[in-house]
Amino acid sequence: MAPLLSVQSFHVHYGPVQAVRGIDFEIREGEIIALLGANGAGKSSTMNALVGLVPVASGKVVFDGRDITHNAPETLAPAGLTLSPEGRRVFGTLSVAENLMMGAYGIRDKTAIAAAWDRVYSLFPILHERRDQFAGTLSGGQQQMLAVARALMSGPRLLLLDEPSLGLAPKIVEQVFELILLLRDQGVTLAVVEQNVAMALEVADRGYLMAGGQFVVSGTTGELAHSDALHSAYLGAD
Amino acid sequence: MDLFLQQTVNAFALGGTYALLALGLAVVFSIMGLINFAHGELMTISGYVLMYCGLAGLPFAISVALAISAAVVAAVLMERIAFRPVRNASGATMLVTSFAVAMILQVLFQNLISARSQAVLLPQFLSDSIRFGGLIIGINKIGAIVTTVVMLIFLDWFMKHQKAGIAMRASAEDFSVARLMGIRANTVIAGAFALSGLLAGVAAVLWVSQRASVDPLMGFTPVLKAFIAAILGGLGSLRGAVAGGFLLGAIEIYLAAFLPQELQEFRDPIGLCLVVIVLLFRPNGLIPSAALKAEKV
Repeated sequence: MAPLLSVQSFHVHYGPVQAVRGIDFEIREGEIIALLGANGAGKSSTMNALVGLVPVASGKVVFDGRDITHNAPETLAPAGLTLSPEGRRVFGTLSVAENLMMGAYGIRDKTAIAAAWDRVYSLFPILHERRDQFAGTLSGGQQQMLAVARALMSGPRLLLLDEPSLGLAPKIVEQVFELILLLRDQGVTLAVVEQNVAMALEVADRGYLMAGGQFVVSGTTGELAHSDALHSAYLGAD
Repeated sequence: MDLFLQQTVNAFALGGTYALLALGLAVVFSIMGLINFAHGELMTISGYVLMYCGLAGLPFAISVALAISAAVVAAVLMERIAFRPVRNASGATMLVTSFAVAMILQVLFQNLISARSQAVLLPQFLSDSIRFGGLIIGINKIGAIVTTVVMLIFLDWFMKHQKAGIAMRASAEDFSVARLMGIRANTVIAGAFALSGLLAGVAAVLWVSQRASVDPLMGFTPVLKAFIAAILGGLGSLRGAVAGGFLLGAIEIYLAAFLPQELQEFRDPIGLCLVVIVLLFRPNGLIPSAALKAEKV
């Protein structure tokens, strides 16, 4: 079966700075992929370039059989690919319900939108309870839930999560990872960028370790967990 | 006391016009970071349409509708032709572009219409006035205040209850993330310009109905004032723009009315000093925009 997302010799530049230098990877339907690496390794640049927020310098991205390498970000949510960005970035001056409404902005199908409302409110009853509250007044954990819920409103087939556990209390982090597994059971394919390596390896099927804009190691999470590269990437052994 | 009340009515009428103009600037600024100095020329276009409609003998209601539509269309064209190519350029580039657009339009008005001020035919009832106790209030002043209130209510409803309005607020707060949701950058920016054109058109009708004339530079002064009002209120904040507009209108009218005769010459500098004093205490304006707060955290 063809992979849901396939990325070939993918480069991202910021002016003269090469953030991502030629990576290749695939994500198959139903998988959870972890993208690991230290700060500045190029993980977020990869995520942002996949959804068109920063331009792809060269390479090719195929999602669901369509070349989306240079697509504008607004075309991807309707196509079934979305990103929950680093730092949550909920619309703080909009209410919770308005944030969710925006999540479905690109979707025309009314029944799909109605189903999405039911889905996010049953996944996150707290958001239903707080639907009229400004998103900026939610706690960090609730904002993270809202960021994921907002991304789910477009009914994505592939959901990219950039640092979903950043700055959250350990108990909440666990909830985030439980959520990731739950979403996979609901048929969502996920790619997760994580600093929390232990947790990421626990939930993911496969992982890629990035350093200096390239993949150092890739493989199943079992293989990664025992690789020396993983330890040196985080402990700075080289 | 009567004089004070009389001037308060004037302050609301003038402040309301400033508020509408400042809102137009703020809507565009909050979304694309552009201070559109060509906003005044949208007013001038409306003014000329009003003039030509008057000459053609059209009913006033139709003239007003045409004048406002002209500003909306002009604003959308301005975005499409002048600002879209420089959308991702620096703020300075966009600012200079807006000056260029303003100047090109001014020269066109001067050469194609007239460099001089032209009279605008207005219906008789606008220059009538009504007596409330000791107050004599012009119909045009009442019209300005009522129109401002209606526009503010409309805008509030649009921004809170219309999907397109909510998308504008979302885009103002975080443009990239808004695009991720499927909100089209081109549509939301064109929408912001259309809204600013609507506000400029309405402000132009109010402005012309107090003065009954239009000239190529008509839009310059009110938009400069609106810019000051927008800064005073907090650049990019819609509520701030309204507050700043009314405050600036009040400062100008009360100074004109109550400053001693020998100081009248210094009215504008004194007014601006008051603005500076407000900004000294509230450097981000009266009601700073949320995007500004977010950046500081």
